[in-house]
Amino acid sequence: MAGISAKSARILVFSTEKISDPAIDMAGLLKLHYPPTVYTISVPCSSCIKPVWILHAFEKGFDGVFIAADGSDCTYGESCTDKTGRLVSMTHEKMKEKKLDPARLRMAAICSVCSEAFVKQIKSFNQYLLQITQS
Amino acid sequence: MNRKLGVYICHCGGNISDYVDVEKVKAAVEHEEGVFLARTTMFACSDATQKEMVEDIRSNQLDGIVVASCSPKLHLTTFRAVSERAGLNKYNYVHANIREQVSWAHSDNKPGATEKAIHLVRSAIAKVRLAQSLEPITIPSRKAVAIIGAGISGMRAAIELADMGCPVTLIEREHFVGGRVAQWDLLFTTDQTGKELVTRLYDDIAKRSNIRLLTGAEVTANSGNIGDFTLKVKITPRYILEKCDQGNLQKAIDACPVEVPDEFNFKITTRKAIYHNFPSEHPQYPVIDIKNCTRCGECEKICGSVDFTQEETTVEIKVGSVLMATGFDPYTPSEGEFGYLQFDNVVTLPQFKRIIDLCEGKLTFKGKDIHNIAYIYCVGSRQVEAGANAPVSQATENREEASRDISGENRYCSRYCCTSVIHSAIETKKRFKGITNYHFTRGIRTYGKQELLYSESLSMGDIYLQSYEDDPPSIIRENGKTTVKINDIMTGRKEISVNADLVVLVTGMVPRSDNSVGSLFKLPRGRDKFFNEIHMKLRPVETVIDGITICGACQGPKNITESVCSALSAATKSFSYVSKGELELEPIIARVDATLCTWCGKCMEACPFDAVKKVSEAGKEIAVINNSVCKGCGMCLPVCPVNAIDLVAYSDQEMETMINALAEDIK
Repeated sequence: MAGISAKSARILVFSTEKISDPAIDMAGLLKLHYPPTVYTISVPCSSCIKPVWILHAFEKGFDGVFIAADGSDCTYGESCTDKTGRLVSMTHEKMKEKKLDPARLRMAAICSVCSEAFVKQIKSFNQYLLQITQS
Repeated sequence: MNRKLGVYICHCGGNISDYVDVEKVKAAVEHEEGVFLARTTMFACSDATQKEMVEDIRSNQLDGIVVASCSPKLHLTTFRAVSERAGLNKYNYVHANIREQVSWAHSDNKPGATEKAIHLVRSAIAKVRLAQSLEPITIPSRKAVAIIGAGISGMRAAIELADMGCPVTLIEREHFVGGRVAQWDLLFTTDQTGKELVTRLYDDIAKRSNIRLLTGAEVTANSGNIGDFTLKVKITPRYILEKCDQGNLQKAIDACPVEVPDEFNFKITTRKAIYHNFPSEHPQYPVIDIKNCTRCGECEKICGSVDFTQEETTVEIKVGSVLMATGFDPYTPSEGEFGYLQFDNVVTLPQFKRIIDLCEGKLTFKGKDIHNIAYIYCVGSRQVEAGANAPVSQATENREEASRDISGENRYCSRYCCTSVIHSAIETKKRFKGITNYHFTRGIRTYGKQELLYSESLSMGDIYLQSYEDDPPSIIRENGKTTVKINDIMTGRKEISVNADLVVLVTGMVPRSDNSVGSLFKLPRGRDKFFNEIHMKLRPVETVIDGITICGACQGPKNITESVCSALSAATKSFSYVSKGELELEPIIARVDATLCTWCGKCMEACPFDAVKKVSEAGKEIAVINNSVCKGCGMCLPVCPVNAIDLVAYSDQEMETMINALAEDIK
């Protein structure tokens, strides 16, 4: 995988089928543009994401991983927010062990109507990743 | 492992191929491992392409397919059905979303969009190579539907569902049913009144024992999923006994000292704190507006049916599906917009409809006789970007000109207003003497049978003038007289002036200003801010929230006929979720690798559904998953310290191979 491009970082997004996926779809419908190097893999719930998947993405050359979390809207229960937070913390620790900047993994709750919030988050994350790789 | 794969890349007309080079995508993936055939297609969802796919699968004995097209929210079921028709297990089909998440999201960057599409298709191929044949699991679904909003759409949907044998709870926030239609008088094309229509529907509802009507009721909480929603509904009392003495009640209404603007008449009249909506409102007994009541006690002294001991209650409703029919708000012009609230003879279309309903013998407004009426079209609809028109506002001592700025966010046509205003203008002429109608339009949109009204209006002598958005009509008040001026494009932009006794702003529909119920259900809203369906043609009443359907004007501007059509459609769709008493769900459940598990109990703690149990097997304690209870959330996955748990279709191997495909450089 080539290094970061001049304009956009390569970001892997874990979205959720029922909550954040519709928001990302609607961002497209509304023609809210974000870098085309942002790739989405959909999962049932944000609290099912394994740290090994995230670490694998970094290993394969992704500049950042973004978890578009269910937040309090999770159809599987309110504990999703805490559990997703815990898996992110757990992964941050593993990233530190591997000398990876933990800020390259970011999480935000993206509800089914949060298209603008998603694009805003992704653009800001992209900017951050560009800064750290170019500094 | 699937090794003989078919890949279909859709143009979606030009929705995808205008921004993504689909031939380049095909060339980039056709030699991927396992790909037996790769095709581009104009519309993957078309009958012809579906037949072609079935034939491909059968004749080539494909054991997996990838379809790269629009969002799977739209066509996942379509292509699963294609797989099944071809004898291929539907879980051997994987979808790549290259429209919403590629061509539309990156329409500003065609090479970038094409590269992303290649990555996504390769990723889908990587996943389908590992896909397994699975069977769906079933869950119970409550045979009951809640309808939110008892306007024309909600009432009609309730009757339809009840007649299909489905128990319905019809929830209305106001104390009277009928919504906006109750406020209208004569309706095109039947010439029945809104009151008659609402009364007929109310009577039909009353005859059906399986419809429970809650008025003054508001949904305050929602939990659960498709098949099993639990709603909490707050019910505000009427403070009037159901079997009341109507004679004394009228005296109590007369005695009430409180007067507030009457929303039913769009604030052109006032009402008391204890009030009726209109003579045949439903349910047929009045209500005390407790927010404005001063508790002076005058009504209690006169009428024994007044009961202030009634208390707010909350009820819990369990249903399998929710149908939203929450309607619209009429557009309210801002102060000064075409003279609204600036000149005393400028009203909106809904207000005008109430004025002609309330007037008898001759048409008057604020004590003045009305003869010349100017209708200004498209106020609040078909708005333009700021600066696109040329608003002018000039004032001198005796002369004042209203703002004619038509900039705003409502770019859509409200569809019903041309017909509605022409119908009202005709009725005004028929009902009152000496009326002359002047229509200041931006083009007439009386589509279909409504064109007959336009013809009738022309034959009755109504005068139609037209302008474009860059030069809207102006309203001038000079020496107490109101003049509407237009540079009429039908006469080569000749300036034409009309002295108007009344100016009617033909206002359209806007989404409800109170979106609390939409927020509660997390219903997405479109660019027009109305609730958004999945697809306007293919899935027109479904939302991305499983089990929730939408209909009527909460979805976008509609006339009564269109609202009722969508209500019947939504009722049928909601019924399909609950009719069988069970629903098929994805067979995506957790599975434990017994060779790795050493039982620590963390998965059991993480599971919100008690689907994990400890068992002894081959001399050691391990976790097992109860397949009938597991919901497939995967919360047990990341907590396992030895990585012994996977989710079906989301194994480490499948996820990592997808990530690899996304990360791989394109040569």
